[in-house]
Amino acid sequence: MAQEAAASGPRPIVSYLKIPDGGDPYLEGQCCKPCGAIFLGERQTCARCGADQQLEPKKLSNRGELYVYSIVHRSFPGIEVPYISAIVDLEGGGTVKGNLINIDPDPDQVRMGMPVEVIYQIAPRKDAEGNEYLTYYFQPQTKG
Amino acid sequence: MSDVYVMGIDMIKFGRYPESNVPKLGADAARLALKDAGLTIQDMEALYSGNLMQASAMVGQRILQEIGQTGIPVTNSANACATGATAFREGWTAIKAGLYDLVLIIGVEQLGRAGLLGGGGGGGGISKEGLLGSGTMPAVFAEAGMEHSRKYGTTFEQFAKVSVKNHQHSVKNPKSMYQKETPLEMVMNSEMIAYPNTKLMCSVNVDGAAAAVLASEKKAKELGMGRAVKVAASVLTSDPYTERDLVMPDINTCTRSAAKQAYEMAGIGPDDIDLVELHDCFATAEILHYENLGLCADGEAGKLIDQGETAHGGRIPVNVSGGLLSKGHPLGATGVANIYEVSMHLRGEAGARQVEGAKTGLTHVIGLGSACGIHILEKVG
Repeated sequence: MAQEAAASGPRPIVSYLKIPDGGDPYLEGQCCKPCGAIFLGERQTCARCGADQQLEPKKLSNRGELYVYSIVHRSFPGIEVPYISAIVDLEGGGTVKGNLINIDPDPDQVRMGMPVEVIYQIAPRKDAEGNEYLTYYFQPQTKG
Repeated sequence: MSDVYVMGIDMIKFGRYPESNVPKLGADAARLALKDAGLTIQDMEALYSGNLMQASAMVGQRILQEIGQTGIPVTNSANACATGATAFREGWTAIKAGLYDLVLIIGVEQLGRAGLLGGGGGGGGISKEGLLGSGTMPAVFAEAGMEHSRKYGTTFEQFAKVSVKNHQHSVKNPKSMYQKETPLEMVMNSEMIAYPNTKLMCSVNVDGAAAAVLASEKKAKELGMGRAVKVAASVLTSDPYTERDLVMPDINTCTRSAAKQAYEMAGIGPDDIDLVELHDCFATAEILHYENLGLCADGEAGKLIDQGETAHGGRIPVNVSGGLLSKGHPLGATGVANIYEVSMHLRGEAGARQVEGAKTGLTHVIGLGSACGIHILEKVG
Protein backbone atom coordinates (compact mmCIF):
# COMPACT_ATOMS: atom_id res chain seq x y z
CA MET A 1 0.00 0.00 0.00
CA ALA A 2 2.85 2.36 0.83
CA GLN A 3 4.29 1.80 -2.62
CA GLU A 4 0.94 2.52 -4.27
CA ALA A 5 0.58 5.78 -2.37
CA ALA A 6 4.06 6.84 -3.44
CA ALA A 7 3.46 6.05 -7.12
CA SER A 8 3.00 9.10 -9.27
CA GLY A 9 0.99 9.49 -12.46
CA PRO A 10 -2.70 9.17 -13.15
CA ARG A 11 -4.86 6.23 -12.11
CA PRO A 12 -6.83 4.29 -14.72
CA ILE A 13 -10.51 5.30 -14.95
CA VAL A 14 -11.49 1.62 -15.22
CA SER A 15 -9.66 -1.57 -14.30
CA TYR A 16 -9.38 -2.69 -17.92
CA LEU A 17 -7.32 0.37 -18.88
CA LYS A 18 -3.71 -0.65 -18.25
CA ILE A 19 -0.84 1.79 -17.70
CA PRO A 20 2.45 -0.13 -17.96
CA ASP A 21 5.62 1.35 -16.46
CA GLY A 22 7.33 3.25 -19.24
CA GLY A 23 4.93 1.98 -21.92
CA ASP A 24 1.84 3.18 -23.74
CA PRO A 25 -1.53 2.66 -22.11
CA TYR A 26 -3.88 0.09 -23.62
CA LEU A 27 -7.22 -1.61 -23.04
CA GLU A 28 -7.13 -5.17 -21.81
CA GLY A 29 -9.76 -7.84 -22.34
CA GLN A 30 -10.11 -11.17 -20.60
CA CYS A 31 -10.38 -13.86 -23.24
CA CYS A 32 -11.98 -17.24 -22.57
CA LYS A 33 -9.61 -19.91 -23.87
CA PRO A 34 -12.28 -22.54 -24.71
CA CYS A 35 -14.87 -20.27 -26.41
CA GLY A 36 -13.04 -17.04 -27.31
CA ALA A 37 -15.52 -14.65 -25.64
CA ILE A 38 -13.88 -11.41 -24.54
CA PHE A 39 -14.78 -9.62 -21.30
CA LEU A 40 -13.72 -6.33 -19.74
CA GLY A 41 -12.32 -6.53 -16.24
CA GLU A 42 -11.06 -9.55 -14.33
CA ARG A 43 -13.40 -12.47 -13.71
CA GLN A 44 -13.28 -16.10 -12.63
CA THR A 45 -15.79 -17.70 -14.99
CA CYS A 46 -16.85 -17.20 -18.58
CA ALA A 47 -20.41 -15.84 -18.76
CA ARG A 48 -20.83 -17.33 -22.20
CA CYS A 49 -19.73 -20.97 -21.82
CA GLY A 50 -19.24 -21.28 -18.06
CA ALA A 51 -15.57 -22.33 -18.30
CA ASP A 52 -13.98 -21.72 -14.91
CA GLN A 53 -10.51 -20.23 -14.33
CA GLN A 54 -9.70 -20.32 -18.03
CA LEU A 55 -9.61 -16.62 -18.89
CA GLU A 56 -6.41 -14.97 -19.95
CA PRO A 57 -5.54 -11.29 -20.48
CA LYS A 58 -5.56 -10.07 -24.07
CA LYS A 59 -4.31 -6.69 -25.24
CA LEU A 60 -7.12 -5.08 -27.24
CA SER A 61 -6.62 -3.13 -30.43
CA ASN A 62 -6.62 0.68 -30.49
CA ARG A 63 -8.51 0.57 -33.78
CA GLY A 64 -12.06 -0.42 -34.50
CA GLU A 65 -15.35 0.67 -35.98
CA LEU A 66 -18.27 2.62 -34.61
CA TYR A 67 -21.10 0.15 -34.02
CA VAL A 68 -23.84 2.49 -32.72
CA TYR A 69 -24.10 5.79 -30.86
CA SER A 70 -26.38 8.31 -29.22
CA ILE A 71 -25.87 12.05 -28.97
CA VAL A 72 -26.51 12.99 -25.36
CA HIS A 73 -28.02 16.43 -24.83
CA ARG A 74 -29.21 16.02 -21.28
CA SER A 75 -27.15 14.40 -18.56
CA PHE A 76 -26.64 14.85 -14.84
CA PRO A 77 -25.71 18.19 -13.29
CA GLY A 78 -22.06 19.09 -13.92
CA ILE A 79 -21.69 16.82 -16.97
CA GLU A 80 -20.91 18.86 -20.05
CA VAL A 81 -23.26 18.26 -23.03
CA PRO A 82 -23.64 17.47 -25.85
CA TYR A 83 -21.43 14.44 -26.25
CA ILE A 84 -21.47 11.29 -28.32
CA SER A 85 -21.91 8.05 -26.41
CA ALA A 86 -20.39 5.40 -28.66
CA ILE A 87 -20.24 1.62 -28.79
CA VAL A 88 -17.13 0.49 -30.66
CA ASP A 89 -16.17 -2.96 -31.96
CA LEU A 90 -12.39 -3.26 -31.78
CA GLU A 91 -10.35 -5.01 -34.46
CA GLY A 92 -9.63 -8.55 -33.35
CA GLY A 93 -12.46 -8.63 -30.81
CA GLY A 94 -13.85 -6.78 -27.82
CA THR A 95 -16.59 -4.15 -27.68
CA VAL A 96 -16.14 -1.04 -25.55
CA LYS A 97 -18.17 2.04 -24.76
CA GLY A 98 -16.89 5.58 -24.53
CA ASN A 99 -17.19 9.14 -25.79
CA LEU A 100 -16.50 9.76 -29.46
CA ILE A 101 -14.66 13.09 -29.79
CA ASN A 102 -13.06 15.29 -32.44
CA ILE A 103 -16.20 15.12 -34.60
CA ASP A 104 -19.33 17.29 -34.50
CA PRO A 105 -22.08 15.78 -32.33
CA ASP A 106 -24.42 15.80 -35.30
CA PRO A 107 -26.19 12.77 -36.81
CA ASP A 108 -25.25 14.06 -40.26
CA GLN A 109 -21.55 13.78 -39.36
CA VAL A 110 -21.43 10.59 -37.32
CA ARG A 111 -21.68 7.46 -39.42
CA MET A 112 -22.23 3.97 -38.01
CA GLY A 113 -19.49 1.72 -39.30
CA MET A 114 -16.93 4.52 -39.52
CA PRO A 115 -13.36 3.59 -38.54
CA VAL A 116 -12.32 4.98 -35.17
CA GLU A 117 -9.27 4.77 -32.93
CA VAL A 118 -8.75 4.77 -29.19
CA ILE A 119 -6.81 7.66 -27.67
CA TYR A 120 -5.78 8.21 -24.05
CA GLN A 121 -6.02 11.50 -22.15
CA ILE A 122 -6.08 12.79 -18.60
CA ALA A 123 -9.74 12.97 -17.52
CA PRO A 124 -11.11 16.49 -16.98
CA ARG A 125 -12.25 15.64 -13.45
CA LYS A 126 -10.49 14.44 -10.29
CA ASP A 127 -11.73 12.38 -7.36
CA ALA A 128 -12.46 13.83 -3.91
CA GLU A 129 -8.79 13.41 -2.89
CA GLY A 130 -7.60 15.30 -5.96
CA ASN A 131 -6.21 12.27 -7.79
CA GLU A 132 -5.85 12.41 -11.56
CA TYR A 133 -7.27 9.72 -13.83
CA LEU A 134 -6.35 8.54 -17.29
CA THR A 135 -9.35 7.89 -19.53
CA TYR A 136 -9.83 6.79 -23.11
CA TYR A 137 -11.83 8.30 -25.93
CA PHE A 138 -12.61 7.37 -29.51
CA GLN A 139 -11.92 9.64 -32.46
CA PRO A 140 -12.26 9.19 -36.22
CA GLN A 141 -9.25 7.27 -37.50
CA THR A 142 -6.43 9.44 -38.76
CA LYS A 143 -4.58 8.33 -41.90
CA GLY A 144 -1.74 5.84 -41.60
CA MET B 1 -51.76 -28.19 -12.99
CA SER B 2 -54.62 -25.78 -12.56
CA ASP B 3 -55.21 -22.96 -15.00
CA VAL B 4 -55.00 -19.52 -13.44
CA TYR B 5 -57.60 -16.78 -13.84
CA VAL B 6 -57.69 -13.05 -13.22
CA MET B 7 -60.86 -12.58 -11.13
CA GLY B 8 -60.44 -8.90 -10.33
CA ILE B 9 -58.07 -6.23 -11.54
CA ASP B 10 -57.80 -2.45 -11.39
CA MET B 11 -55.38 0.46 -11.24
CA ILE B 12 -55.40 3.99 -9.91
CA LYS B 13 -55.07 6.83 -12.38
CA PHE B 14 -51.38 7.31 -12.98
CA GLY B 15 -50.21 10.74 -11.89
CA ARG B 16 -48.44 12.56 -9.08
CA TYR B 17 -49.59 12.01 -5.52
CA PRO B 18 -47.10 13.86 -3.30
CA GLU B 19 -49.54 13.76 -0.37
CA SER B 20 -49.75 9.96 -0.49
CA ASN B 21 -47.06 7.33 -0.02
CA VAL B 22 -46.11 3.91 -1.38
CA PRO B 23 -48.20 1.73 0.98
CA LYS B 24 -51.24 4.02 0.61
CA LEU B 25 -51.03 4.00 -3.19
CA GLY B 26 -50.68 0.21 -3.17
CA ALA B 27 -53.63 -0.06 -0.78
CA ASP B 28 -55.77 2.12 -3.06
CA ALA B 29 -55.17 -0.26 -5.98
CA ALA B 30 -55.67 -3.36 -3.80
CA ARG B 31 -59.07 -2.14 -2.57
CA LEU B 32 -60.14 -1.48 -6.19
CA ALA B 33 -59.05 -4.92 -7.37
CA LEU B 34 -60.71 -6.71 -4.44
CA LYS B 35 -63.92 -4.78 -5.10
CA ASP B 36 -63.70 -5.68 -8.78
CA ALA B 37 -63.45 -9.36 -7.78
CA GLY B 38 -66.24 -9.05 -5.21
CA LEU B 39 -63.86 -10.39 -2.55
CA THR B 40 -62.14 -9.13 0.62
CA ILE B 41 -58.63 -9.26 1.99
CA GLN B 42 -59.84 -12.07 4.29
CA ASP B 43 -60.32 -14.22 1.19
CA MET B 44 -56.68 -13.79 0.07
CA GLU B 45 -54.25 -16.57 0.92
CA ALA B 46 -51.02 -14.80 -0.07
CA LEU B 47 -49.78 -11.41 -1.29
CA TYR B 48 -47.18 -10.82 -4.00
CA SER B 49 -46.06 -7.22 -3.98
CA GLY B 50 -43.85 -5.49 -6.51
CA ASN B 51 -41.99 -2.23 -5.86
CA LEU B 52 -38.55 -1.13 -6.94
CA MET B 53 -37.48 2.08 -5.22
CA GLN B 54 -38.29 0.81 -1.69
CA ALA B 55 -37.23 -2.76 -2.37
CA SER B 56 -35.73 -3.16 1.10
CA ALA B 57 -38.68 -1.65 2.96
CA MET B 58 -41.30 -4.43 3.22
CA VAL B 59 -43.83 -2.67 1.01
CA GLY B 60 -46.27 -5.62 0.87
CA GLN B 61 -46.49 -5.86 4.65
CA ARG B 62 -46.98 -2.11 4.93
CA ILE B 63 -49.84 -2.34 2.43
CA LEU B 64 -51.47 -5.02 4.59
CA GLN B 65 -51.20 -2.62 7.53
CA GLU B 66 -53.46 -0.34 5.46
CA ILE B 67 -55.97 -2.92 4.22
CA GLY B 68 -55.95 -5.76 6.76
CA GLN B 69 -53.18 -7.59 8.62
CA THR B 70 -54.46 -11.10 8.11
CA GLY B 71 -51.08 -12.77 8.63
CA ILE B 72 -50.83 -14.22 5.13
CA PRO B 73 -47.40 -14.81 3.55
CA VAL B 74 -46.03 -11.78 1.72
CA THR B 75 -43.39 -11.91 -1.01
CA ASN B 76 -41.80 -8.62 -2.06
CA SER B 77 -40.34 -8.56 -5.56
CA ALA B 78 -37.92 -6.20 -7.28
CA ASN B 79 -36.82 -6.79 -10.87
CA ALA B 80 -36.23 -3.32 -12.36
CA CYS B 81 -39.02 -2.40 -14.77
CA ALA B 82 -40.20 -6.03 -14.84
CA THR B 83 -41.02 -5.81 -11.12
CA GLY B 84 -44.82 -5.82 -11.46
CA ALA B 85 -44.83 -8.65 -13.98
CA THR B 86 -42.50 -10.62 -11.72
CA ALA B 87 -44.83 -10.22 -8.73
CA PHE B 88 -47.77 -11.28 -10.92
CA ARG B 89 -45.85 -14.33 -12.07
CA GLU B 90 -44.90 -15.26 -8.49
CA GLY B 91 -48.62 -15.41 -7.68
CA TRP B 92 -49.34 -17.37 -10.84
CA THR B 93 -46.57 -19.84 -9.95
CA ALA B 94 -47.97 -20.41 -6.45
CA ILE B 95 -51.43 -21.21 -7.80
CA LYS B 96 -49.92 -23.46 -10.47
CA ALA B 97 -48.04 -25.26 -7.71
CA GLY B 98 -51.35 -25.90 -5.96
CA LEU B 99 -50.41 -23.95 -2.83
CA TYR B 100 -53.31 -21.47 -2.95
CA ASP B 101 -56.65 -20.86 -4.64
CA LEU B 102 -56.75 -17.07 -4.26
CA VAL B 103 -53.87 -14.61 -4.17
CA LEU B 104 -53.49 -10.85 -4.37
CA ILE B 105 -50.94 -9.13 -6.61
CA ILE B 106 -49.95 -5.48 -6.18
CA GLY B 107 -47.50 -3.37 -8.17
CA VAL B 108 -46.79 0.12 -6.86
CA GLU B 109 -44.29 2.94 -7.34
CA GLN B 110 -43.97 6.56 -6.28
CA LEU B 111 -41.52 8.22 -8.63
CA GLY B 112 -42.64 11.82 -8.55
CA ARG B 113 -40.56 13.88 -10.93
CA ALA B 114 -37.64 11.51 -10.65
CA GLY B 115 -35.80 13.09 -13.56
CA LEU B 116 -33.14 11.24 -15.48
CA LEU B 117 -32.70 7.61 -14.41
CA GLY B 118 -29.72 5.30 -14.83
CA GLY B 119 -26.09 6.24 -15.25
CA GLY B 120 -25.28 5.30 -11.69
CA GLY B 121 -21.60 5.53 -10.82
CA GLY B 122 -20.29 2.97 -8.39
CA GLY B 123 -16.95 1.25 -8.39
CA GLY B 124 -15.08 4.17 -6.84
CA GLY B 125 -12.85 6.66 -8.64
CA ILE B 126 -14.50 9.35 -10.73
CA SER B 127 -17.90 9.31 -12.42
CA LYS B 128 -17.71 7.70 -15.85
CA GLU B 129 -20.79 9.49 -17.14
CA GLY B 130 -19.93 11.71 -20.10
CA LEU B 131 -16.42 10.25 -20.37
CA LEU B 132 -17.11 6.59 -21.13
CA GLY B 133 -20.35 7.33 -22.94
CA SER B 134 -23.67 7.51 -21.15
CA GLY B 135 -25.44 5.17 -18.78
CA THR B 136 -28.60 7.29 -18.73
CA MET B 137 -31.70 5.38 -19.76
CA PRO B 138 -32.61 7.65 -22.72
CA ALA B 139 -29.10 7.13 -24.17
CA VAL B 140 -29.01 3.38 -23.55
CA PHE B 141 -32.33 2.92 -25.36
CA ALA B 142 -31.27 5.37 -28.06
CA GLU B 143 -28.26 3.17 -28.76
CA ALA B 144 -30.53 0.11 -28.91
CA GLY B 145 -32.68 1.95 -31.44
CA MET B 146 -29.67 3.00 -33.48
CA GLU B 147 -28.76 -0.66 -33.87
CA HIS B 148 -32.09 -1.05 -35.67
CA SER B 149 -31.31 2.02 -37.78
CA ARG B 150 -27.95 0.55 -38.66
CA LYS B 151 -29.47 -2.75 -39.77
CA TYR B 152 -32.62 -1.51 -41.48
CA GLY B 153 -32.34 2.23 -42.02
CA THR B 154 -35.02 3.09 -39.46
CA THR B 155 -35.39 6.87 -39.24
CA PHE B 156 -35.76 9.43 -36.46
CA GLU B 157 -39.21 10.18 -37.89
CA GLN B 158 -40.31 6.55 -37.66
CA PHE B 159 -39.22 6.37 -34.01
CA ALA B 160 -41.07 9.64 -33.36
CA LYS B 161 -44.28 8.25 -34.88
CA VAL B 162 -44.45 5.73 -32.02
CA SER B 163 -44.81 8.60 -29.59
CA VAL B 164 -47.43 10.33 -31.77
CA LYS B 165 -49.48 7.11 -31.83
CA ASN B 166 -49.27 6.36 -28.11
CA HIS B 167 -50.11 9.92 -27.08
CA GLN B 168 -53.07 9.80 -29.45
CA HIS B 169 -54.24 6.53 -27.86
CA SER B 170 -54.06 8.00 -24.37
CA VAL B 171 -56.67 10.63 -25.19
CA LYS B 172 -59.30 7.93 -24.62
CA ASN B 173 -57.79 6.55 -21.42
CA PRO B 174 -59.04 8.39 -18.33
CA LYS B 175 -56.41 6.60 -16.19
CA SER B 176 -53.50 7.88 -18.27
CA MET B 177 -51.18 10.55 -16.83
CA TYR B 178 -51.62 12.60 -20.02
CA GLN B 179 -54.53 12.68 -22.48
CA LYS B 180 -53.04 14.98 -25.04
CA GLU B 181 -52.26 14.55 -28.71
CA THR B 182 -48.70 15.33 -29.77
CA PRO B 183 -48.35 15.87 -33.54
CA LEU B 184 -45.20 14.64 -35.28
CA GLU B 185 -43.52 18.07 -35.47
CA MET B 186 -44.13 18.56 -31.75
CA VAL B 187 -42.51 15.22 -30.92
CA MET B 188 -39.54 15.74 -33.23
CA ASN B 189 -38.99 19.33 -32.11
CA SER B 190 -39.31 18.76 -28.39
CA GLU B 191 -36.10 18.93 -26.35
CA MET B 192 -33.53 16.44 -27.60
CA ILE B 193 -32.54 14.24 -24.64
CA ALA B 194 -30.42 11.55 -26.28
CA TYR B 195 -30.60 11.35 -30.06
CA PRO B 196 -32.85 10.01 -31.44
CA ASN B 197 -35.02 10.19 -28.30
CA THR B 198 -36.59 13.60 -27.67
CA LYS B 199 -38.34 14.43 -24.41
CA LEU B 200 -41.74 13.35 -25.80
CA MET B 201 -40.15 10.02 -26.80
CA CYS B 202 -39.23 9.25 -23.17
CA SER B 203 -41.69 7.59 -20.79
CA VAL B 204 -43.19 9.72 -18.04
CA ASN B 205 -42.04 9.34 -14.42
CA VAL B 206 -45.24 9.08 -12.40
CA ASP B 207 -46.76 7.58 -9.26
CA GLY B 208 -49.04 4.63 -9.80
CA ALA B 209 -50.40 1.35 -8.54
CA ALA B 210 -52.27 -1.60 -9.99
CA ALA B 211 -53.54 -4.79 -8.39
CA ALA B 212 -55.05 -8.12 -9.38
CA VAL B 213 -56.78 -11.07 -7.75
CA LEU B 214 -55.77 -14.45 -9.19
CA ALA B 215 -57.67 -17.68 -8.71
CA SER B 216 -57.24 -21.37 -9.38
CA GLU B 217 -59.64 -22.94 -11.88
CA LYS B 218 -61.56 -24.62 -9.06
CA LYS B 219 -62.05 -21.35 -7.21
CA ALA B 220 -62.81 -19.43 -10.40
CA LYS B 221 -65.62 -21.85 -11.25
CA GLU B 222 -66.95 -21.56 -7.72
CA LEU B 223 -66.95 -17.76 -7.93
CA GLY B 224 -68.36 -17.61 -11.46
CA MET B 225 -66.35 -17.21 -14.66
CA GLY B 226 -68.44 -14.39 -16.14
CA ARG B 227 -65.72 -11.74 -16.11
CA ALA B 228 -62.74 -14.02 -15.62
CA VAL B 229 -59.66 -13.69 -17.82
CA LYS B 230 -57.44 -16.72 -18.34
CA VAL B 231 -53.67 -16.40 -17.92
CA ALA B 232 -52.71 -18.52 -20.91
CA ALA B 233 -48.98 -17.93 -20.53
CA SER B 234 -46.61 -16.46 -17.97
CA VAL B 235 -42.93 -16.29 -18.85
CA LEU B 236 -39.89 -14.66 -17.30
CA THR B 237 -36.43 -14.65 -18.87
CA SER B 238 -33.06 -13.07 -18.14
CA ASP B 239 -30.60 -11.94 -20.76
CA PRO B 240 -28.38 -14.72 -22.08
CA TYR B 241 -24.79 -13.89 -23.05
CA THR B 242 -24.58 -11.92 -26.27
CA GLU B 243 -21.55 -10.40 -27.90
CA ARG B 244 -21.92 -6.76 -26.82
CA ASP B 245 -24.04 -7.04 -23.71
CA LEU B 246 -21.28 -5.92 -21.34
CA VAL B 247 -21.51 -2.41 -22.71
CA MET B 248 -24.86 -2.49 -24.50
CA PRO B 249 -27.72 -4.11 -22.56
CA ASP B 250 -29.49 -6.54 -24.87
CA ILE B 251 -33.26 -6.11 -24.67
CA ASN B 252 -33.90 -8.15 -27.81
CA THR B 253 -32.68 -11.67 -27.10
CA CYS B 254 -34.51 -12.04 -23.76
CA THR B 255 -37.71 -10.69 -25.33
CA ARG B 256 -37.50 -13.05 -28.30
CA SER B 257 -36.91 -16.02 -26.06
CA ALA B 258 -39.77 -15.03 -23.71
CA ALA B 259 -42.13 -14.50 -26.66
CA LYS B 260 -41.30 -17.89 -28.14
CA GLN B 261 -41.91 -19.61 -24.81
CA ALA B 262 -45.14 -17.67 -24.22
CA TYR B 263 -46.61 -18.50 -27.63
CA GLU B 264 -45.74 -22.17 -27.07
CA MET B 265 -47.28 -22.19 -23.61
CA ALA B 266 -50.50 -20.60 -24.90
CA GLY B 267 -50.51 -22.82 -27.99
CA ILE B 268 -50.92 -19.84 -30.31
CA GLY B 269 -48.84 -17.58 -32.54
CA PRO B 270 -48.45 -13.83 -32.98
CA ASP B 271 -51.24 -13.80 -35.60
CA ASP B 272 -53.72 -14.84 -32.92
CA ILE B 273 -53.04 -11.76 -30.77
CA ASP B 274 -55.68 -8.99 -30.89
CA LEU B 275 -53.83 -6.34 -28.88
CA VAL B 276 -50.43 -5.81 -27.27
CA GLU B 277 -49.26 -3.68 -24.36
CA LEU B 278 -45.48 -3.63 -24.73
CA HIS B 279 -42.62 -1.86 -22.98
CA ASP B 280 -42.35 1.52 -24.74
CA CYS B 281 -40.07 3.02 -22.09
CA PHE B 282 -38.62 5.00 -25.00
CA ALA B 283 -40.05 5.36 -28.50
CA THR B 284 -37.02 3.56 -29.94
CA ALA B 285 -37.79 0.47 -27.85
CA GLU B 286 -41.31 -0.05 -29.24
CA ILE B 287 -39.95 -0.41 -32.77
CA LEU B 288 -37.56 -3.18 -31.66
CA HIS B 289 -40.28 -5.09 -29.86
CA TYR B 290 -42.56 -5.26 -32.91
CA GLU B 291 -40.03 -7.66 -34.34
CA ASN B 292 -39.00 -9.23 -31.04
CA LEU B 293 -42.63 -10.22 -30.36
CA GLY B 294 -43.15 -11.46 -33.90
CA LEU B 295 -45.75 -8.81 -34.81
CA CYS B 296 -43.88 -8.39 -38.10
CA ALA B 297 -40.86 -9.89 -39.84
CA ASP B 298 -37.37 -8.64 -39.00
CA GLY B 299 -36.70 -5.33 -40.69
CA GLU B 300 -40.36 -4.44 -41.16
CA ALA B 301 -41.03 -2.54 -37.94
CA GLY B 302 -40.54 0.84 -39.62
CA LYS B 303 -43.12 -0.07 -42.22
CA LEU B 304 -45.49 -1.26 -39.51
CA ILE B 305 -45.52 2.14 -37.80
CA ASP B 306 -45.62 4.01 -41.14
CA GLN B 307 -48.70 2.10 -42.26
CA GLY B 308 -50.54 2.58 -38.98
CA GLU B 309 -50.85 -1.15 -38.37
CA THR B 310 -50.12 -0.77 -34.67
CA ALA B 311 -52.54 2.11 -34.19
CA HIS B 312 -56.03 1.58 -32.76
CA GLY B 313 -58.07 0.15 -35.63
CA GLY B 314 -54.96 -1.25 -37.31
CA ARG B 315 -54.04 -4.90 -37.82
CA ILE B 316 -52.40 -5.28 -34.40
CA PRO B 317 -53.04 -2.37 -32.02
CA VAL B 318 -50.11 -1.71 -29.68
CA ASN B 319 -50.34 0.30 -26.45
CA VAL B 320 -53.92 1.49 -26.82
CA SER B 321 -53.66 2.56 -23.16
CA GLY B 322 -51.23 5.29 -24.18
CA GLY B 323 -48.28 3.16 -23.15
CA LEU B 324 -45.46 4.19 -20.87
CA LEU B 325 -44.89 7.21 -23.10
CA SER B 326 -48.19 8.88 -22.17
CA LYS B 327 -50.00 6.80 -19.55
CA GLY B 328 -46.79 6.89 -17.52
CA HIS B 329 -44.24 4.43 -16.18
CA PRO B 330 -44.38 3.85 -12.40
CA LEU B 331 -41.76 1.11 -12.56
CA GLY B 332 -43.15 -1.50 -10.14
CA ALA B 333 -46.77 -0.90 -11.18
CA THR B 334 -46.25 -1.01 -14.93
CA GLY B 335 -46.31 -4.79 -15.37
CA VAL B 336 -49.61 -5.16 -13.53
CA ALA B 337 -51.14 -2.10 -15.19
CA ASN B 338 -50.57 -3.51 -18.66
CA ILE B 339 -52.33 -6.72 -17.61
CA TYR B 340 -55.20 -4.52 -16.38
CA GLU B 341 -55.39 -2.83 -19.79
CA VAL B 342 -55.55 -6.07 -21.76
CA SER B 343 -58.03 -7.59 -19.30
CA MET B 344 -60.39 -4.65 -19.77
CA HIS B 345 -60.45 -5.21 -23.52
CA LEU B 346 -60.99 -8.97 -23.16
CA ARG B 347 -63.93 -8.30 -20.84
CA GLY B 348 -65.30 -5.70 -23.24
CA GLU B 349 -65.05 -3.04 -20.54
CA ALA B 350 -62.46 -0.71 -22.11
CA GLY B 351 -64.97 1.99 -22.97
CA ALA B 352 -64.09 4.47 -25.74
CA ARG B 353 -60.80 2.74 -26.50
CA GLN B 354 -62.23 -0.80 -26.69
CA VAL B 355 -60.53 -3.02 -29.27
CA GLU B 356 -63.64 -4.62 -30.72
CA GLY B 357 -63.90 -8.37 -30.43
CA ALA B 358 -60.60 -8.78 -28.58
CA LYS B 359 -60.16 -12.38 -27.46
CA THR B 360 -56.42 -12.66 -26.83
CA GLY B 361 -53.87 -10.10 -25.69
CA LEU B 362 -50.19 -9.98 -24.82
CA THR B 363 -48.32 -7.90 -22.24
CA HIS B 364 -44.57 -7.34 -22.19
CA VAL B 365 -42.11 -5.59 -19.92
CA ILE B 366 -38.34 -5.31 -19.82
CA GLY B 367 -36.28 -4.56 -16.75
CA LEU B 368 -32.86 -3.41 -17.83
CA GLY B 369 -30.14 -5.62 -16.52
CA SER B 370 -32.14 -7.60 -17.78
CA ALA B 371 -35.46 -9.28 -17.12
CA CYS B 372 -38.28 -9.83 -19.59
CA GLY B 373 -41.81 -10.71 -18.49
CA ILE B 374 -44.52 -11.73 -20.94
CA HIS B 375 -48.12 -12.69 -20.21
CA ILE B 376 -50.73 -13.89 -22.67
CA LEU B 377 -54.33 -13.41 -21.58
CA GLU B 378 -57.45 -14.97 -23.03
CA LYS B 379 -61.11 -14.12 -22.87
CA VAL B 380 -63.11 -16.87 -21.18
CA GLY B 381 -66.17 -18.24 -22.99
